[in-house]
Amino acid sequence: MDSILENYKTVQVKSVKVWFKVASVNDFPTDGGACVKYKDKQIAVYNFKRTNSWYACQNLCPHKLEMVLSRGMIGDQGGIPKVACPMHKKTFSLETGENLNGDLGAIATYPVKIENNIVYIGFSE
Amino acid sequence: MKTIVVIGNGMVGYKFCEKFVTKEGHENYKIIVFGEEPRPAYDRVHLSEFFENQDAKALEMAPRSWYEENNIQLITDTRITDIHRGKKTITSVSEEEFPYDYLVLATGSSAFVPPIKGVEKEGVFVYRTIEDLERMLSYAAKIKENNPNARAAVLGGGLLGLEAGKAVMDMGLEPHIVEFASKLMPRQLDLRSSQVLQLKLESIGLNIHLSKATNQILGDDGFITGMEFGEDDKLDVEMLIISAGIRPRDELGKTCDLEMGVRGGIVVNNKMQTSDQNIFAIGEVALYNHMIYGLVAPGYDMAEIAASQILGQSDVLMPDEIDMSTKLKLIGVDVASFGEPFMPASKGHSIIFENKTQHLYKRINVSLDGKSLLGGILVGDAADYNMLHQIYLNGMAIPEDPAQLILPASEGGASFGDVSDLPDEAQVCSCESVTKGQICSVIENGDATDVAGVVSCTKAGTGCGGCKPMVTDLTNSTLKALGIEVKEGVCEHFDLSRQDLYKIIQVKGYTNFNEVLDNHGNGGHGCELCKPLVASLMATINADTANKEYAIQDSNDRFLANIQRNGTYSVVPRVPGGEITPDKLIALGQIAKKYDLYTKVTGGVRIDLFGATLQQLPLIWKELISHGFESGHAYGKSLRTVKTCVGSTWCRYGMDESVSFGIELENRYRGIRAPHKIKGGVSGCIRECAEARGKDFGLIAVEGGWNLYLGGNGGANPRHAELFAEQIDNETVIKYLDRYLMFYMRTAKPLQRTAAWQERLEGGLDYLKEVIIEDKLGIAEDLDNEMQTLVNKFECEWTQAVNDPEMMKRFNHFINSDEEDDNLVFIPMREQKMPKAW
Ligand code: SRM
Ligand SMILES: Cc1cc2nc3c(=O)[nH]c(=O)nc-3n(C[C@H](O)[C@H](O)[C@H](O)COP(=O)(O)OP(=O)(O)OC[C@H]3O[C@@H](n4cnc5c(N)ncnc54)[C@H](O)[C@@H]3O)c2cc1C
Ligand code: SF4
Ligand code: FES
Repeated sequence: MDSILENYKTVQVKSVKVWFKVASVNDFPTDGGACVKYKDKQIAVYNFKRTNSWYACQNLCPHKLEMVLSRGMIGDQGGIPKVACPMHKKTFSLETGENLNGDLGAIATYPVKIENNIVYIGFSE
Repeated sequence: MKTIVVIGNGMVGYKFCEKFVTKEGHENYKIIVFGEEPRPAYDRVHLSEFFENQDAKALEMAPRSWYEENNIQLITDTRITDIHRGKKTITSVSEEEFPYDYLVLATGSSAFVPPIKGVEKEGVFVYRTIEDLERMLSYAAKIKENNPNARAAVLGGGLLGLEAGKAVMDMGLEPHIVEFASKLMPRQLDLRSSQVLQLKLESIGLNIHLSKATNQILGDDGFITGMEFGEDDKLDVEMLIISAGIRPRDELGKTCDLEMGVRGGIVVNNKMQTSDQNIFAIGEVALYNHMIYGLVAPGYDMAEIAASQILGQSDVLMPDEIDMSTKLKLIGVDVASFGEPFMPASKGHSIIFENKTQHLYKRINVSLDGKSLLGGILVGDAADYNMLHQIYLNGMAIPEDPAQLILPASEGGASFGDVSDLPDEAQVCSCESVTKGQICSVIENGDATDVAGVVSCTKAGTGCGGCKPMVTDLTNSTLKALGIEVKEGVCEHFDLSRQDLYKIIQVKGYTNFNEVLDNHGNGGHGCELCKPLVASLMATINADTANKEYAIQDSNDRFLANIQRNGTYSVVPRVPGGEITPDKLIALGQIAKKYDLYTKVTGGVRIDLFGATLQQLPLIWKELISHGFESGHAYGKSLRTVKTCVGSTWCRYGMDESVSFGIELENRYRGIRAPHKIKGGVSGCIRECAEARGKDFGLIAVEGGWNLYLGGNGGANPRHAELFAEQIDNETVIKYLDRYLMFYMRTAKPLQRTAAWQERLEGGLDYLKEVIIEDKLGIAEDLDNEMQTLVNKFECEWTQAVNDPEMMKRFNHFINSDEEDDNLVFIPMREQKMPKAW
């Protein structure tokens, strides 16, 4: 059961091998998220229009192992950008992946870059 | 630097480490912890939750990294086999030797397995560790494959046995409890309360066998097939969980000649020292005052004492009397006992309140002079436990008529006992030993300004959580006493209350979230609390649907459907008043069949189709809409259903057309967004088949018109609606309801149902009558107009969505692929399907 969690490991910008081209910036909701398929992975990508920042993390919520995080509401806690899982409102930092309102394990985060209005996510494989 | 070796990394061993590293002087010690289990200490008290989610991590007391961060060396999967007191070392099962200056034995206990013939058979389990549970789960799955109706028994009807009974139910086996004594929970309950508990448990499907001594475990080929009690008295079962008590794991104490109890346990003094002053024993292995305490709270106290003693605080001692009060929720039934639960008549009087039809039993024991509370038992409803327990612990005065302590509070009468009456030393959180004084002082010296702050400063409420309501009351009353306004801000992004935001949005005419946040927020970017709140206010003020600014909607509103356990959604079309034509029923059936949806009649008397994927939602709705259906708003904080009975249309007792009126009301208020959901009911006569008084608004037809009831609620705190007006006509009902609902939408707190709002409304029902009927505030006309605007502007948001290609984009699982979520797994159930269990 935990093996599906193993599929998601945080990627740092310096270890990116593939910049995967996802979609146009305009396809994303403003101040909201969407889910991206990359090989056998599901990645949640968020457009923080208010701060002009983008974040990506695993779509899998570690609480009950459901593929739902992209459908969660985003916002911040004391300045840390976060997502709230739509199932039971566990919240996670989109910077470190840390569970902000509980002691679940951290979720994996991925780098995002925007070039020519296109969204790319960085993977190490 | 001195070395402390802790043997046993269970709940108490862990607590010792946690306490030790927060104390002054701890830097001079190095801690090494050995645990026999493969993982770091976990919360055994909540072990049963493992059946719900199989998530071992969620039970961890602290992750491995915590030990590292605190310089504690944790060695798991390693049993210690010997203590060499002479040279002050221990050896592990792999013959490694470690020196110690102090040794802490926290080896806990193991399940006692009585020497019954056949207990060694496959399919017989104990219930103590995560591994035990994993083995049970896989065995249960195996036997269920051969026999879907397989039975399992639990030997022992005590506290743990009943927990195990719940586990058996959760595994989908037919549960049986076999108890040797003539009652359940013989240590905590008296005969009558245990009978009440038994009735309740039987009503939810537990089979209970009392006064049964098991002679042998029957079986073929080494597998259990049954239990034998007497010659012709057998029970066929394919699995057995033994829960017949615990035995301290004291083997290390025995082999190194520490002083032992006659029936086991390592003897300790009030410093938690064993007969060797460098060796301490704590938790379920320690025999203190000739007792093993099978509860976690005394174990935590022992950890505190041992940690303080090692650090030289020699005056921190274990009290002589240990409070064994307990409160638990067994299979959804509250059970609590405190102080002396059973008491001989010579010591005092008992007051007993019993209601078998509601599975309720309350008993309190009062001293002969009627002045103090000695103990008691609560079954079925333990809401009073915290207060009673405090009164008992602190020897507080009790009312002249002690029955008041347990009788249901009469309407309007203040219930006895208020947190502010407690003495400072009253222990509010017994898991973490936090007193009232400590809680008040973190607020008084400014370290905490709200409940979350108090919890993080004191750790109160982080154990079993039972004291949370008390901590909240105490926090608020302390803040109030200090003249600090109890923060009404909706979250960290707004200091304003919902009511303030309502006025601001209305006056300034804001139309999107960012405007509100930029002009009135605290500089952040919003969160899951303030976004849906502002969305709801915009909906009330501007008659927006949830499609307008979908990213600020609660996730259910964003996708116009309720998210289910596996990330799929439910589809609930509106069926006003519960009236539906055969053609529409057929259409529902055909659509459900086409998309393979699980179909069920809901408690709101309409039909719910479950298991739709995100992509399917608009397709399904398109078809429903073409058959004349519209959104049922089952996902919104909005009107759900107006339940009706068939009324004078068919019923021989009907006084009026409840169906027609119910439909009219449901159609009038459909779509409006409110602080919480709203439900209505209309009954054709006082027999009340529509359960109207359990709804936010209810109507009952009587001679000469309708009786209107307001503020009812089902849910966790059921409340009957109150009679607001009698014998009024349809038009007046609508006028009053418009005003009532609008006034509620303007003034309630976020997520407050009408019942809770009305209860806290200063002036109560009389005040409401003044506002609604007599227009004391001069706002009636505004309320009428605001509601009429909402009614006129209604639009079905699903029709909006399926007709707009831009909106339809929202309903794709992936932004870069048309594929469906490949993570979904359904399993068959009774000719339909359900999500695979968590
Ligand atoms: C489907 C249904 C159960 C069923 O299979 O029958 C149901 C299902 C849920 N109920 Fe309910 N309730 C359902 C009738 C009820 C009723 C009975 C009634 O409406 O007469 C009650 C008690 C009456 C009342 O509301 O006062 C009821 C009291 C609750 C509560 C407690 C509310 C409270 O004030 O304490 C919640 C929790 C909440 O809303 O915060 C809740 C929450 C839920 C949620 C939304 C839980 C969740 O967040 O996922 C469930 C979502 C189901 C879904 O996806 O559609 N449900 N729920 C019923 C749908 C009725 C409908 O047609 O819309
Ligand atoms: C299903 C269940 C429900 C419960 N519910 C409640 C409740 O509602 N309320 C309540 O107060 N209590 C409850 N309890 C009791 C509570 O869990 C115990 O009181 C508590 O766990 C005792 O803690 P401990 O550290 O003394 O023992 P344990 O938690 O048993 O820890 C002892 C640890 O030491 C290890 N160990 C033993 N010998 C060695 C050795 N030689 N070398 C290395 N390691 C060793 C063991 O493997 C174990 O991990 C419940 C218990 C169970 C099983
Ligand atoms: S009572 Fe309501 S909320 Fe609880 S499980 Fe049933 S449907 Fe869900
Ligand atoms: S599944 Fe995400 S919070 Fe529960």
